[in-house]
Amino acid sequence: MISTLNTIFSKHREQAGALLPILHDIQHVLGYVPDEAVPLIAKELNLSRAEVHGVITYYHHFRHTPPGKHIIHVCCAEACQANGSEALANHAAARLQKGDITLEPVYCLGLCSVGPAIQIDETTLHARVTQEKFDALISELGARK
Amino acid sequence: MSITIYIPGDSAAKALGADGVAVAVSTTALRQKIDVKVVRNGSRGLFWLEPMVEVVTDQRRVAYGPVTDADVPSLFKANFTDGGGHPLCLGDIEASPYLYKQHRVTMSRVGVVDPLSLSDYQAHGGGKGLAVAKQLAPAEIVQMVIDSGLRGRGGAAFPTGIKWKTVLDTAATQKYIVCNADEGDSGTFSDRMLMEGDPFCLLEGMAITGLAVGANKGYIYVRSEYPHAIAALDAALNAAGNWLGDFKIEVRKAAGAYVCGEETALLESIEGKRGIVRSKPPLPAISGLFGQPTVINNVISLASVPDILAQGATVYRDLGVGRSRGTLPFQLAGNIKFGGLIEVPFGCTLRELLYDYGGGSRSGRPLRAVQVGGPLGAYLPESQFDTVLDYEAFAAVGAVLGHGGIVAFDDSVDMAKQARYAMKFCALESCGKCTPCRIGSTRGVEVIDRIRNGARGQIPLLRDLCDTMTYGSLCAMGSMTPYPVLSALNHFPEDFQ
Repeated sequence: MISTLNTIFSKHREQAGALLPILHDIQHVLGYVPDEAVPLIAKELNLSRAEVHGVITYYHHFRHTPPGKHIIHVCCAEACQANGSEALANHAAARLQKGDITLEPVYCLGLCSVGPAIQIDETTLHARVTQEKFDALISELGARK
Repeated sequence: MSITIYIPGDSAAKALGADGVAVAVSTTALRQKIDVKVVRNGSRGLFWLEPMVEVVTDQRRVAYGPVTDADVPSLFKANFTDGGGHPLCLGDIEASPYLYKQHRVTMSRVGVVDPLSLSDYQAHGGGKGLAVAKQLAPAEIVQMVIDSGLRGRGGAAFPTGIKWKTVLDTAATQKYIVCNADEGDSGTFSDRMLMEGDPFCLLEGMAITGLAVGANKGYIYVRSEYPHAIAALDAALNAAGNWLGDFKIEVRKAAGAYVCGEETALLESIEGKRGIVRSKPPLPAISGLFGQPTVINNVISLASVPDILAQGATVYRDLGVGRSRGTLPFQLAGNIKFGGLIEVPFGCTLRELLYDYGGGSRSGRPLRAVQVGGPLGAYLPESQFDTVLDYEAFAAVGAVLGHGGIVAFDDSVDMAKQARYAMKFCALESCGKCTPCRIGSTRGVEVIDRIRNGARGQIPLLRDLCDTMTYGSLCAMGSMTPYPVLSALNHFPEDFQ
């Protein structure tokens, strides 16, 4: 981890206000920001550990525990609600109770005309997701393991 | 010569399977030895037709949609690469009423050009605004933007030119241009579409702003939920080379805090801190990013600037009504049949957008409530659908236009539940600095829960709480959450029985 952090730190040394970019890079590589990284980040940026901890916990995007094998974001904002996202979110929660997939709500993916929308692994998007379509996508993810 | 085929790379098109269509078209063409060039353009914003494939034939574009990868073999069979007839053929999409009735200014190139080709951008009129700006004194650029009547498109509608003038008149060795691309409002996606479909336009707008106020550094703060927009901006910056001269732009990825769309919280976030709202004054125009004078504008505001410079302030100002000048790219979303992007001058009615463009609800049931302006915007009942889309007309009925997002709900909606959601969302996203927002939102959820359980006597308490939040909160997060709550309560009291 230390060499990973050092590589990331050196990339951002000239950047003003580098904390968020550093946290993004760490999460991109490790999948989360480990607690052990906090004092090292604090030292690098001449901040207190409390300040770094405060930033990590303030933003919904950063996680300090490892996620599952896949991450699914279900949009729970108004435009998707208007198209039945609540039922989809409930279905997703029930379906993913067991297994190694992290389910998180997201408040808008900008796909408001084609909801309900979901995002898989923070990149792949799916629109007009019915419960059947959701199940098919999950089976596909399972097959990929 | 190869045949150019446009297949949108826009997020919404991708979500509907455009990537699969692009792969199918490319591989089939290769197999059939047809020389094609696939361009991943932005979306034209007719989302019920996405993925919409357009083929260039004899200087004409023939559209097909909505295309799935399963349709690709039959499209080839029908010689779609020559514009051949097919059940999915839409002909010249620009001739469709949905598009020709619009007046696209800011979004004119989105869906038309190759987003990552600077030469294509320039061939479609891009770059002219920057060329004009280079010939003008900073004060003249600012005056043009003031004369255009452009107001902040992020939602607050503050006159853009006045903001710039404050920054221009504030002496400092370092000034910044910050683009607010933290488009968190549900029902809005115009920023995303522009960044994905015409990123050079935003870069040009920022460079012009830099010339206007004397700044050589810009930041684009983009929400982390928009990975494809971030990739498009990075690619455009790469392709721009030294086109922007000394003006340097850095893309900053946000981290999922809605309140960072508030300008001072956004600045804190770029500085590497928690996105906590700052007290004003001082205004960011005086003391903004890293304590320096800063222009902070929304994507659409900045992207409107190149055209204003290129065409002159009058052309823009002559569009619109009252004090709302120019156009607004409205976004029609939620339970709507023909959802999409509709850029029109201010002045048409909400009803026209909902029915003439939108075709009513997607579910086929009557529309009951429409939320305009995001999670902090009011719900409008059918009786207010004739309200003119204009900042002042909306303010007069206790609503806001905001960033132009329109979310439609059919008659299955429970408005007390929507009011509860508004409070819940505020509780979830409050930065926590001021008490009315931090505590008020949680108490709001509790009070609405009691009302929904039959305690109608609690309604005055809810109104009191909204009053405190409206007048006592530090920023719009707390002070505007009462808009959806009170509008739901006032227009749909039967749901609070």
